[in-house]
This record gives sequence, C-alpha cells and structure tokens, in this order.
Amino acid sequence: MIEGERLTADTGETGRTLHHPSPLFPRTTLIRRVAAALAMALALLATVITIYPLLNILYLVLRQGIPALSGALFTRNTVGGDMGTTNAGLSNAITGSLLIVAVSLVLAAPLGILGGIYLSEFAPPRIAASLRYLANVLSGVPSIVLGYFGYVVMVVWFGWGFSLLAAAITLTIIMLPYILRATELAMEKVPATLREGSLALGADRSATVLRVVLKAATPGVLTGLILAISLAMGETAPLIYTAGWSDYLPTLQAVHSPVGYLTYVIWTFINEPFAAAHALAYAAALFLIAFILILNVGLRTLVERKSVRS
Amino acid sequence: MNAKSSRETLFRVTSALAASSIVFFLGAILVVLFVFSWPSIIYNGTGFLNGRTWDIGNLYSSRQTVHAGFTAAAGAHFGILVFLVGTLATAALALLMAAPVSLGVAVFLTRFAPPFARSPLSVLVELLAGVPSVVFGLWGWAVIVPWVARSLAPFLSSHFGWIPFFAGSAGTGMGLLSSGLVLAVMVVPIITAISRDAIANTPPSLIEQGRALGTTEWEVIRDIILPHARAGILGGIVLGLGRALGETMAILMVSGNALNYLPQNIYNPVGTIAATIVSQLDSAMTDSTGMAVYALAEMALVLFVITLLVNMAAPLVMRISGGIMTLGEAREMGDAPFREAGS
Repeated sequence: MIEGERLTADTGETGRTLHHPSPLFPRTTLIRRVAAALAMALALLATVITIYPLLNILYLVLRQGIPALSGALFTRNTVGGDMGTTNAGLSNAITGSLLIVAVSLVLAAPLGILGGIYLSEFAPPRIAASLRYLANVLSGVPSIVLGYFGYVVMVVWFGWGFSLLAAAITLTIIMLPYILRATELAMEKVPATLREGSLALGADRSATVLRVVLKAATPGVLTGLILAISLAMGETAPLIYTAGWSDYLPTLQAVHSPVGYLTYVIWTFINEPFAAAHALAYAAALFLIAFILILNVGLRTLVERKSVRS
Repeated sequence: MNAKSSRETLFRVTSALAASSIVFFLGAILVVLFVFSWPSIIYNGTGFLNGRTWDIGNLYSSRQTVHAGFTAAAGAHFGILVFLVGTLATAALALLMAAPVSLGVAVFLTRFAPPFARSPLSVLVELLAGVPSVVFGLWGWAVIVPWVARSLAPFLSSHFGWIPFFAGSAGTGMGLLSSGLVLAVMVVPIITAISRDAIANTPPSLIEQGRALGTTEWEVIRDIILPHARAGILGGIVLGLGRALGETMAILMVSGNALNYLPQNIYNPVGTIAATIVSQLDSAMTDSTGMAVYALAEMALVLFVITLLVNMAAPLVMRISGGIMTLGEAREMGDAPFREAGS
C-alpha cells in the first residue's frame, strides 16, 4: 500500500541533511526542498481561495445590508417592497421564517431525538447500521425534491394549499436526519461506566437512558438541534411551493394560509429593478447571516463551556 | 408483565417508530414521486429523457393532445435532455475546480498550518458550509456574474480559446462558468471535511517512520498520507458531487436558466433539473390537464434517483479504492457533516 520504493530510492546517497544530520539518511537535495515548499505554497493558496469567498460574502452582505437597516424593517410588512416602495419592511418575512422553523423544530426534535436514542441504545447492530445509512441518504436528497414532494402531497393531494403546516413538515424531513445522527453520535460517546453505574443502582433501562445517558449527551444533542435550526432557517427551495408567499403577517392558521419568509425576499426582490427592493433583499440576507453566525458562535461557546465543566 | 418492563417496552417501541420515520419518509418520497410521474412516464415515454424541447403547450387552445390515455395541452413537449446535460455539466465543472482545492485545504489544515491556526481556519471553512444557498446565489449574482462577464470570460476566451468549449462570446456572465464557480465554492467545505478526517486518520507511526527515513513533509504527504486517505478523499468527492447535482437556489440565480438550448461553450446559459423545477412550476400549475405538473414530478424523480445512486455509490467507491476499509468504516466516513456538530 505504501510505496516504499520511492521513499528509499535515494538512501544510497550519503551526506549532511538539514533535518537529520546523519550520514545514514538521504541528503535533502535542493529540488526536494523546492518541491516541499511548492506543495506548501499550493496548499496555502487553496486555503486562501476557499476563505476568500466567505469574507467576500460577509463584506457584500454587510456593505449592502447595513445601509438598508432601519426600525421600519421590523414594524412594516413587505407590501409594495417589490414595487420599489421605500416604506416597506420585513416584519412578515421575519415572523414567518421564525414561525415555520419553530413549528418544524417542534415536529423534528422529538422524532430525531427518540430515533437517535433507538439507534444508540436499542437497535440491533445490523438494523442500526441500515438506519444510519438511510439517514445519511435522506440528508443527501436535494431540498427541491423534498419541496416538490411537499407540494404534490400536502398542497395538492391533501388540499392544504400553501400553508404553514406543509412548509413545516417539509422542513421536518430536512432537519430529521441531522438531529437523529447528532443525538446518536453524542449518546455513543457516553462512557459505558455511567450506564453500568445507573443499572447497578437499580434504575431500569429507560430511566438510565433518559436520566443518565441523554443527560450526559445533552451538549451533543443541542448541537444537532442548533445545526438543524440554522440549516432550516436558510432553506428556500423546499418552501417556495409549500409555504407560498404572503405580504402580510402569518395568520397562525395551520392550513389554507400562505406564509412569507426571509429567503424568498432575497431571491425574488433582487430581481426587481428597484433600489428599494434590492435594499430589502440585502437586509434579509444580513438578518439571515447574522442569525446563523450567532447560532454558530453561541453553539461553540456552549459546547466549550460544557466540555470544560464535565 | 410488571410496570417496569412494560414501560421499557413502550419506550423501546416509541423510539423504534421514531427511527423508522426515516424509512417512512424515504419510501413516501419514492412512491409519491412515482405515482405523480406515472401519467408523464406513459405519455412521454423515452422522449422524456432524450427530448430537447420543453414546452407545456398552448394552454388557451381548445384542442388537447391525447396519447396512451393521458391528455396534455396542444403542442406540449416534455423533454429534459437539456436540463440533464446542464445538471451534469455544472456539477462536473464545479468538481474539477473544487476537488484539487479541497485537497489542498485539507492538507494545509492537517499538515502545513501552524498548530495555533488550524482550529480557527477549520471554523472558517465550516462557516462557509453554513452559508445558505440563496446567499451564495446573491453573492454569485452580485459579484461572480459581473466578474465573469467583464474579466474572467473575455480572458479565458482570448487566451485559452484553443481548449474545447473555451472559445466564444462572454455573454451576460450568467451561465455554465458562473454556475460552476459558485457550486465549487459550495462543495469545497464538504469535500474538505471528509478528506481532512481521512488524512487525520493516518496512523502517526507511519508518518513518523516516513520522517525517520529523512523525507520532506511533502514526500510524507505524497507517499504515505494521500495513498492512505485515498478512499476518504474519493468518497468526499462523490458526496460533493451529490450535493452539486441537487443544488437549486444558487444555480437559479446565476445560470441564466436556459430552456430548449444546449450550451455550446462554458459561457452559455444553462438550465439544471433542480433550478427548472422551481422556475417552471408557476406556469405548470396553470396547465388544466395537469400534465405539466406530472412532468415536473418525473423530473424530480429523475433527480432523486440520480442523487440517490451517487450518494449510495460513495461508500462503495471508498471501499473499492481503499482496500483496507470495510463497508461499515466507509459508511462512517460519510458521517463527517454530522460529527462536525457533535465534536
């Protein structure tokens, strides 16, 4: 497997080397040092080309988004924003996004956490392996396919129309594998001694799992939930034909009432020929990026604090 | 049965039901898409996959076309060859750019970067993975498309026109090249995460033995680490391909969404399956025969099957190329996106 020939090809040479001043070992010739330096330079270049777009995206969204900020964004709806009216806001889209994600979290969290518990604690190894694999496959299904599935099943077949419930159930399918796998991986890391201790004290299996193992795995489970929330918050394709769009605040009706959301503003308003519409799109992108960054940073500090304490 | 064990049975069954929702959803997606595609599968036959014309027909005509028992609007043609080509071409172009870059990043993060910089740099790459695709689309629309139109495309066209598909007019910047660039930026974090794990899994004793022979860091990477991590790297590339094939919003905003037109060079507008489902559903809903909606369901089914095959191939590719890996280990390599959160 390891190409030993190439490594030892020039061990016949003797002489001083920079790193290993032993005559037994090959001289680090100039050409080999140049190759090493070149490889490092290329790897550095690759890293720079990867980080640069992130900084460029942040710069774009901040530069265009900050001038668009105002209190009216929170108090007014998008009505007329796509026609270039300057007194439009984002309150319907912000409320709608939070509402859709909250409802899908309420659906996905119990399913995902319970499913993760099953995989880690109860499932026979072969079934666990298959479910794990299928969860990975589900997480790889393109979000537009899920969106179309949601559209034909809930919007058309069930007759719910564009609605909060159709959108939330579609997002649930997207969040589910992440919560499930994060829960499972976190519970697997809990040492067996904790389980044995609890069982030895007379606790039954379910009490051990819920009160001891799940408790110890809480940081990992929370991480999965937060990851799923930030993923759901940024989705567009699964919502276009399930949530629809509304210029007004969500009605809290589960069906027959379309809901507005932030990502829709970004992709439609940026195509309008009005500066005011563009400002709303950039403001929406700024809110979205800020929300996701805060979740990520909060997550890392949370995980670090928990792991320091334990 | 005492209360204790019946409570445990209940808990066990509830959690098993929750876990099987994964199977339920996957099965439901497959069955529903197939059922809703059925009229289109029968009506269009194989012309669906190799037809170049997508036209939902004259919705205002009183005449309708009936074929094999199913009705479509007069003059309707449902062929997705153009979108199939667009999907494969954008994904292929993206991977050509993303794979070497990801490998470079993974090597830099694990081997070359000074230890204090490794963790912050990894965080930045992970943050890139967290950027919503519609924001990538916005960035592509505002930054990449104008840059391609003004600088990159004219430069490539005039200096590298001898490479196939590189000659031609730059156009508006919306097209294959911009789509490939934006997609590449989106899949780099995925390939990087999986390759980085694979590289980090190289046994330290092997690396130390290599260094003891007097090799340079690059020789250790080339002769020990990369052969050892080959399986993970290839698997990461395949998973990146799966992601690129299904990407919707970013493509929708930078591809030009071509209909009935095969790209002649890398600057031409393209349409992909995912983006076309979004851009065509509005008009498809107005088709009173329903055939346009069924045809879009068949498009979603085709995309579902393609990505399913690609994602299922990833562990196999890892196993075949890895030699030492069991299928189970290979499957676990695909866990990188989930483990990132858990760590």
